[in-house]
Amino acid sequence: MEYFLELFLGGLSKGSIYALIALGYTMVYGIIELINFAHGEIYMIGAFTALIVSGVLSFIGFNKLSILILATLVAVIYSSAYGYTVEKIAYKPLRGSSRLSPLISAIGMSIFLQNYVLLAQTPDFVPFPELIPEFKWLEPYSSIIGSTDFAIIVVTAVVMILLTLLIKFTKIGKAMRATAQNQVMARLVGVNVDRVISMTFIIGSGLAAIGGVLIGSHVGQINFYIGFIAGIKAFTAAVLGGIGSIPGAVLGGLVLGLTESFGTGYISSDYEDVFAFLLLVLILIFRPEGILGESTTQKV
Amino acid sequence: MIRELKKSLVVSLWFMFLTFPIMVIKVDTLQRTIIWRWKNLFLVGIGSFFLSIVWRYLIERKTKKAKQKELGLEGASFVSKVITNPRYSRPLYLAFFIFILAFPFLFSTYQTNIMISALIYVMLGLGLNIVVGIAGLLDLGYVAFYAVGAYSYALLNYHFHIGFWTALPIGGFLAALFGIVLGFPVLRLRGDYLAIVTLGFGEIIRLILENWDSFSFGPSGISNIPRPSFFGMELGVKGATIYIYYLIVVMALITIFVVNRLQNSRLGRAWLALREDEIACQAMGIDKTKTKLTAFALGAMWAGFGGVVFAAKTTFISPACFTFLESAIILSIVVLGGMGSIVGVVLAALVMILLPEYLRAFSNYRMLIFGASMVLMMVFRPEGLIPSVRRKYEYNPAENQS
Repeated sequence: MEYFLELFLGGLSKGSIYALIALGYTMVYGIIELINFAHGEIYMIGAFTALIVSGVLSFIGFNKLSILILATLVAVIYSSAYGYTVEKIAYKPLRGSSRLSPLISAIGMSIFLQNYVLLAQTPDFVPFPELIPEFKWLEPYSSIIGSTDFAIIVVTAVVMILLTLLIKFTKIGKAMRATAQNQVMARLVGVNVDRVISMTFIIGSGLAAIGGVLIGSHVGQINFYIGFIAGIKAFTAAVLGGIGSIPGAVLGGLVLGLTESFGTGYISSDYEDVFAFLLLVLILIFRPEGILGESTTQKV
Repeated sequence: MIRELKKSLVVSLWFMFLTFPIMVIKVDTLQRTIIWRWKNLFLVGIGSFFLSIVWRYLIERKTKKAKQKELGLEGASFVSKVITNPRYSRPLYLAFFIFILAFPFLFSTYQTNIMISALIYVMLGLGLNIVVGIAGLLDLGYVAFYAVGAYSYALLNYHFHIGFWTALPIGGFLAALFGIVLGFPVLRLRGDYLAIVTLGFGEIIRLILENWDSFSFGPSGISNIPRPSFFGMELGVKGATIYIYYLIVVMALITIFVVNRLQNSRLGRAWLALREDEIACQAMGIDKTKTKLTAFALGAMWAGFGGVVFAAKTTFISPACFTFLESAIILSIVVLGGMGSIVGVVLAALVMILLPEYLRAFSNYRMLIFGASMVLMMVFRPEGLIPSVRRKYEYNPAENQS
């Protein structure tokens, strides 16, 4: 039973990270119907920025809590800036061209960003500092859940709630929903569609950066390639829940995390990534619209 | 003018801000030292200032061209004029062909080896060109079929001592079979889902090869794969290299011939039609599933052939040869060459594989340039280096009057 709980909570924290990244995919897809391949790289850049900032700050001699807050903040700002710039360079000039072009451009961007970090920083794994403090009161349960796992689950839950509030009740949220439904119509009623798209990229990238900081402290090491696998898995999560749907991305992330956790715990740990891909293929065959997605008929 | 400069200044400041932590600061967490590289900041500032001017100029030119096209003022470019006119293109092709034939006698074995891998990529590029360029199905796991071909030769040879010539069709067939098996479930999906599923498939194949030790010998790979024998004669390393060279030249020629014939066949035009508009295509009575599956199977088959030749050439394969990076390289060959254009793909494959070999100093930047050129290509020249020319039938009243 304890083993089961451990796997369950481990899967939950893993799934939360997937969900955080998946939100970026789903939001972008919901609005411009593009798989933003470079999203995984944005998350990687977030993790690297946090690493660099915390390194500099601890060198100067800040205390642990302020390092955590500042590093996360800077990581979120930089990831958002990268997301914004990527959209302006690689996707915006391609609006209105065939479906394949932005996708290929996105893959190119992803390769470019990976190698940019590889060349500017390092090709090796670098140890990530322990940013998240140990919670004393969690110690009796330490065999089931670590402090980092706990922090991941709580932070993700809070971020989700904030995001839902943003989309439901603010003006920009309303504009986003309008743009997702019908871009031309939204433009006609006075929504600045370009700004909404930029905003979507900024928010999605910021969420990815939070995911990057959390996973960095969870795994303890990062390299330039972490964005690739995480990106595919997060995309799997988004498809699983129904791409374009925000609660779907969360649900998909959690399902994927749990599947992987139980799969590696009870079957074999060699095939961790295979479980995710198999799940993706199965979902696409039997329920391509995802768990919470609505099936849409293609119009002529 | 001043406004333009101001704009560029803003862009360069933005990029200096953007690249600041990653380009300038390098933290060594183990030794607790920080390296500041201010020179990079300066370079980024200068570079982005000039690039932004070029960028805006190119965007402006592109919109101007699009406008001209709308008005019907567009003239054919110089390159496409040369290619479509047989009077100029034939001698060009002939000269190139003679150069290729004479290559192993003009250059060393080392150079010939590089040329062999470039020609393998020509085959792979043309194979993927069927799937991506002509049929418009974005396949990001193409390397999986390449791996199937290579491993089928290696394993068949290891267990049953099957020679190269028997393994070649088997490898192609197995890869085609995998193509159908993968294609069947995913064909209902729209383009972008297809991309991700094929990517996942490519990774699954690689992970299985890496982890299933008793079947594929795991990450250590398979070594001592024999080179092809020449009518039962064993050739030395040099002889075998030249032999494989001519083999791959012939195979590349066959590939070019087949793809060319396919493109203008009924099936090829069905692929083109599917790429342009699926619904209209089905309304015209084209069997969507069958057409797409043949594209997948044929594309995969060439990858299988390529894989067998690759295994025979290097005599050693391991799962590390078949990463996503390979798929990305093959895809960028197709994209750079011009989707659907045979001449373009051949040229792009030679450029992309040979250039990094001879520019060793830049080899670190190879993937960076690949990525950047994919983006730039899509933004400024989505039709590729040499755009494919679709066969047109024109009615010429002057000829019919007599």
